[in-house]
Amino acid sequence: MKLNKFVIGGLLILGAVVFLIANATTGSAQYFMTVDELMAKGPEVVDKNLRVSGAVIGDTIQYDPQTLTLTFEVAHVPADQAELEDEGGLAEALHEAVIDPSRARMTVVYVGVKPDLLRHEAQAIVTGSLGTDGYFHAEELLLKCPTRYEEAVPEQAGS
Amino acid sequence: MVAHFGFGILLISFFVTLYSAIAAAFSNPKVFARLFRSIPTSRTQRWANTLEKLDTPQRAASMVESARRAMLLTFPLITLSSVLLIYLLVNDHYEVQFVYEVTSRTMPTYLKVTAWWGGQAGSLLFWSWLMSAFASLVTLRRWDRDREFLPWVIFVSCFTLAFFVGMTTFYENPFKMFYQTSTGVEAYFFQPPNSVLFTPQDGNGLNPLLRHPGMVIHPPMLYLGFVSFVIPFAFAIAALVTGRTDDRWIRLTRRWALWAWLFLTLGLVLGGRWAYDVLGWGGYWGWDPVEIAAFMPWLTGTAFLHSVMIQEKRGMLKHWNMLLVILTYDLVIFGTFLTRSGVLSSVHAFAQSAIGPLFFTYIAITFIASVALVIYRWGSLKAETEMHSLLSREALFLFNNLLFMSILVVCFWGVIYPLTSELFTGAKVTVGPAFYERANGPLFAALLFLMGIAPLSAWGHSTLKTLGRAAWKPAVVAVLITAALYSFYTRNVSALVGFFLVAFVVLITLYEYWRGARARQKSQNENLFTALWNLTGRDRRRYGGYIVHLSIALMAIGILGIELFQIETQGTLELNQKVSLGGYDMEYRDIARFTGPDGREVTRAVIGIYQNGQYLGDLYPRIDYYFDSQQSMTIPGQRATMKDDLYILLVNWEPASATGATFKIYVNPLVNWLWMGSLLFLTGIIIAAWPDKDPVHVAVRTNKQIREASAAD
Repeated sequence: MKLNKFVIGGLLILGAVVFLIANATTGSAQYFMTVDELMAKGPEVVDKNLRVSGAVIGDTIQYDPQTLTLTFEVAHVPADQAELEDEGGLAEALHEAVIDPSRARMTVVYVGVKPDLLRHEAQAIVTGSLGTDGYFHAEELLLKCPTRYEEAVPEQAGS
Repeated sequence: MVAHFGFGILLISFFVTLYSAIAAAFSNPKVFARLFRSIPTSRTQRWANTLEKLDTPQRAASMVESARRAMLLTFPLITLSSVLLIYLLVNDHYEVQFVYEVTSRTMPTYLKVTAWWGGQAGSLLFWSWLMSAFASLVTLRRWDRDREFLPWVIFVSCFTLAFFVGMTTFYENPFKMFYQTSTGVEAYFFQPPNSVLFTPQDGNGLNPLLRHPGMVIHPPMLYLGFVSFVIPFAFAIAALVTGRTDDRWIRLTRRWALWAWLFLTLGLVLGGRWAYDVLGWGGYWGWDPVEIAAFMPWLTGTAFLHSVMIQEKRGMLKHWNMLLVILTYDLVIFGTFLTRSGVLSSVHAFAQSAIGPLFFTYIAITFIASVALVIYRWGSLKAETEMHSLLSREALFLFNNLLFMSILVVCFWGVIYPLTSELFTGAKVTVGPAFYERANGPLFAALLFLMGIAPLSAWGHSTLKTLGRAAWKPAVVAVLITAALYSFYTRNVSALVGFFLVAFVVLITLYEYWRGARARQKSQNENLFTALWNLTGRDRRRYGGYIVHLSIALMAIGILGIELFQIETQGTLELNQKVSLGGYDMEYRDIARFTGPDGREVTRAVIGIYQNGQYLGDLYPRIDYYFDSQQSMTIPGQRATMKDDLYILLVNWEPASATGATFKIYVNPLVNWLWMGSLLFLTGIIIAAWPDKDPVHVAVRTNKQIREASAAD
C-alpha cells in the first residue's frame, strides 16, 4: 500500500516527462536536408520546418539595408561526412560546389541583419521553410568559413 | 629550450602520478586478492595467494605514505610546467604551436597569461593543475579518523590526474614546436632529422570574442567547479571499496560539494553574462550543446546536494547518492571534453578527433567500474528507515531529485536526438532551443513549487492539513500579487504562473526567517537584527540554503522577463533620425571609426536616449574589427535598470554609403534580476559552506546540534 503510492507517483512523473519530451520533440523538430534532396522533394516539403546547408555563391548576395532583406544563392554540398572527405574536406567541397554550374542551387531569402561571415564559399546553414514561391525563407542563418579555423599551421616562409 | 624543459617536466609528472595511483591501490593488495579469488582458475588463485602474502600492515603503511608523497610532488611539478608555459606565452615564443595559436604580439600581458586556458592543450594542463592542487589539499587534512579512506582517495585522484596529464603529455601537448622539413612546416614533439626550427613572426591571437573579463574568469570558475566535484567522488569510491558505507564520506565532502557547486554555478552565470555582453544576440543562454554539457553536471550536482541531506538525517537514498556522485563525475569529464574540444559541429568530427575516443573510453571504464562497485555493496547501502508519507520532507526531496533528473534526461535527449533519429529513421533531425524551453519549462515550474513547500514539510510525516496550515498565509499574499500583476502588468498565463511561484517561494522563505527570528527574539530576548544574525549563524546550512532559494527566485524573475517579454526592432537610421521601442526614444547622433591600441579598428556610434522626452544619457554601441584574426566583434550599448535593459547593437555602417547606419535594438525587461540574484546566490553559498572555526570542537558540537535539530523538526 505504502509502496504503491510512491510507485504511482513515480509513474505519473515519468509519464509527464515522456509526454513533455515527445510533445516538444514533435513540435520543434527540424529536418536536415541537402539542396539536392530539397529540390527532389519540392512541393512535398513546402512549409515544413527544415534545416539546409549549402555553399554561398558570392555574386548572388544582395542586401537592401532599408528593408533589411538579404537574398543569396547556395549550391548543393553533400551532407555525408564520407562524401565530404572524398572531395577533400569541407573547404574544398565548398569550393567545388561553387565552381560547378551543374550543381543544384537554391535561393535563400532572409530578413534581418547581414552577418559578417556571409561571403563567397562560406557554408550557410539556414533554418526555415520552402515557400510556394520556390524561395527558401530562412528564419535563422548560420555561417561557417572552414578555412579560417584550421590555421594550426602557419604559412610557409619562402621555399 | 624552455619548451623542451616543460615537456620533460610534464612527462615526469605523468609518471609520478601514475606511480602514486598504483602505489595507493597496491597498498591494499587484499582487495585485488579477493577479486582474483572470485575468478575460478588456478592461475588467478595463485595470484590471489601471492597478493595475500604481500598484505602486511607495515607494507601497507609505507606504500600509502609513498603514494601520498608522490601525490604531493605532482603539484609542484605541474605548477612548474605551467609556469614554463606562461613564460613562453608572455615572451612571444611563437615557435611553440600553442603559443602561436592563442596569443599575438598586440595582446596585453594579462591576456597572454590567461591564454593559458584559451586553447585545448593549455586548458587540459590547467585542469590537471587544479586537480593536483585539490588532491594535495585533501591529503593535507587530518586523517586519523579516516585512515582507511586515504589510499583510495589518492588512487581516484591520481587515476583521474594521470588521465589528464597523460592526455596533455601525449596527445594535446602545449609544448610542441614548429619545424620546417622538406615537406613543410609542422608541429613536432622532437626535432625531426633534416629540419630547422620555424618561428612565425606573430601568432594568431586569442579569439577576440574571448577577450572579455567574463570570459577570462569564466573557464577557471567552471573548471574549479568541475574539479572540486572529483573529491566527493573520490571519497564515495573510497567508501565503497573499504565498505565503510555509512554517511561519513558525505559529511567529509559536504563542503567540497558546496564549493564545487558555487564555482560551477558562478561559471555558468559568468558564461551567460559573457554571451549577453559579447555575442550580440540579445540573450544569455542558447541551449547550445556546449552550454548543456556544462549544465548537466550542475543538475546532478544540485540533486546530489539535496539528496545527501536525506541520507544524513534519515539514512535513506544511499544507492541514489552514490549513483548521483558517479554520474556527476562522469558528466564533469564529459563537460571538460565538450566545452573545449570544438568537435561539436558533427558526430563525425567527434570520432575523428584524437582525444574523443580516449575520453569516451575513460568515461565508460570509470562509469562501469563505479556502478559495479555500487552493485557489489548494494546490501550495505540499504535504507535505515522507510518512506511513509508522500508529503514528508524526504518524499518532497525525492521529487525534487526526480525533477532534476528529468531535466537532465530532457537535455541529454536533445543532444543525442539527431544521432538516434539518424540511426533509426535515416532522417537527420535536430531540435532547437524551443524544444528545451517547452520540455523544461513545466519542470522548472514544478521545482519552484517544491522549493516553496519543501521547507514547510516535516521529516517523516506531513499531511495536506499541516502543510496547508503553514503555507496558506504566503499563498494568499502570492495570489494577491499575481492578481495585481494580472490587472496592471501582463495577461500572459506562463508569466503569471511563473510570477505566482516566485512570489510564493520568496514569501515562504522570508516567512520562515521571520518565524525563526521571532522565536529567538522571545526565547533569547534579542532584538530582531541579532536574532536574524544568530539564527543564520546557528544553522548556516539551512539558512544559507534559504538565501540560495531566494536568489534562485530572483533569477527566475529575470529569466521570465527576458524570455517572455523581450521586444526588439531593427532598422537603418539616418543621422539625427529617431526610433522608439518599449518607451525609449533613441536618436542616432554620431559615428566615428578609429584604430584602437591593440590592433583593432573601432567603429563607434553615439545614440542619445530619451524617456518621456527626458534625456537619460548616451549609449555607444560599437563594432571592433581585429586585423590579426580578421574577426569582428559587436559590442552592445547597454543601459541597465531593475525594470529593463536597453540593448543596442550597431549592425552595419559603410563610410562611403549615404544610407546611414543599421541598428538592432532590444528591450529586455527584468533581466538584471538575474545578475542580482546570482550575487545573492554567492552570499548564500558562502554562508552555507564557510568553514567552521575550530574543526575539533565542532565535531563534538555538531552531533549535539543535529540531535537538537531533529528533535525540533
